[in-house]
Amino acid sequence: MNVPEDLRYAASHEWIRQENGAGTVGITDHAQQELTDVVFVELPKIGAQVKAGQQVCVVESVKAASDIYTPTSGTITEVNDALSANPALLNTDPFGDGWIYRITLSAPEEVAQLKTPEQYREQLGSAH
Amino acid sequence: MSNLPPLKQTPLHDEHIRLGAKMVDFGGWSMPVQYTGILDEHRAVRTNLGVFDISHMGQFFVSGPDAGTWLNCLLTNNVDRLSIGECQYTFLLNEKGGVIDDLIVYRIEESRYLLVVNAAKIEEDFAWMHAHLREGAHLENQSDHMAGLAVQGPKAAQLFDAFFGGSHSRPARNEILTIPIDGELYYVARTGYTGEDGFEVFCPADRAVKSWTDILERGASFEIKPCGLGARDTLRLEVCYPLNGSDLSPETTPIEAGLTLFVDLQKPEFIGRARLLQQREEGVTRRLVPFKMLVKSPPPRAHYGVFKGGVRIAETTSGTLSPSLNVGIGLAYIPTAYARIGEEIQIEIRGQQYPAVIEKRPLLRPNAK
Repeated sequence: MNVPEDLRYAASHEWIRQENGAGTVGITDHAQQELTDVVFVELPKIGAQVKAGQQVCVVESVKAASDIYTPTSGTITEVNDALSANPALLNTDPFGDGWIYRITLSAPEEVAQLKTPEQYREQLGSAH
Repeated sequence: MSNLPPLKQTPLHDEHIRLGAKMVDFGGWSMPVQYTGILDEHRAVRTNLGVFDISHMGQFFVSGPDAGTWLNCLLTNNVDRLSIGECQYTFLLNEKGGVIDDLIVYRIEESRYLLVVNAAKIEEDFAWMHAHLREGAHLENQSDHMAGLAVQGPKAAQLFDAFFGGSHSRPARNEILTIPIDGELYYVARTGYTGEDGFEVFCPADRAVKSWTDILERGASFEIKPCGLGARDTLRLEVCYPLNGSDLSPETTPIEAGLTLFVDLQKPEFIGRARLLQQREEGVTRRLVPFKMLVKSPPPRAHYGVFKGGVRIAETTSGTLSPSLNVGIGLAYIPTAYARIGEEIQIEIRGQQYPAVIEKRPLLRPNAK
């Protein structure tokens, strides 16, 4: 299972990459494997102000719809439109081209409270 | 959680685990929902070949001098129309004409029939049939002793020939062969639940693993893939085959489901007949119809609201993204006034309405023979 070192993780299987006071958010490799073939992504609204833990978008596989929760608070500034045409990017490249949205960090300290790669790996390990 | 009985396993359970299947609870059975992926497996069946474990399904044998007469009093279709080696799709109804189960009845001998019923309904079907048993008919439940494999896809006939070429000619569509192999009887039927050409094989449970591995080995040159319940559902929905418990229930009749082809109202008597006759004369208030989304939308799923002119008129009974058509599809019982091909409706998905159109069935017509 791929758990990149440069990211922080939410227990609900989202990741965030912090760069220049902003964050890029997606779902983890584990999440995409559990979801199976993603066939539709309902992207968040640009400009939406969200609080950490709030449901911001929905990812749908053939079998089920899954809510995605934002790991941090802030304003959504950009969404990955490529996912509308090619939702399978979430399966093929969850940490790269399958990113979902970018967000300003209104409470940057929240990032440090998220799981480290090691803690997230532990979470995955204990689930099995 | 701890009060739930353990999930039942088919004889192929260890094979599924070995192949890396994702297992789910399906009506009390631990079954593979997918191996490599639903889309991948769906495509395999539409273009080449797939093999499904259907050992969870039930097998009843009905025999005796009055077997046919008795079955005709319980089932909607007419078993007298079957020659030996033929089968038909049929319904077991309650007194109100509601569906207890949909099943296939195969006439395997002059006075011996094989009934293949839904996994979740084995006990209920058996209890119902047993309660209505008559002299001259014998009913046995062989479900625990038999396994089932469905080989489906346009290359199914080639695989059959690779197995039996020379010794047996292929059964025709809706026919069944009884083939002795190493001292045991195998039933090989030209039936399936995908709309593709294909075979369903029923054999003793202790032969399941060998049959499964043989089929995968011999099928390798036809690019066969093991397929799970996920693909089984998208495949059947594209060709509008109903799923009992979703599209059929004790509250819906075959007439409402648009499946009158499998009901013989000329028969003098069968349970539920009076209600069906009444519906045929008075008309039904709703009909099960397939629909297709008109725009890109989240996949429709079961129990989503169906709207017309802002008014909620129904709810979906099944829905999915069609991997072949790449658009959302589904089934719903629509009030008769709107249950017309070409009628535009709206499906509510998470509070937003998306346009859809009622289509004729099947939504997809594969190149099945």
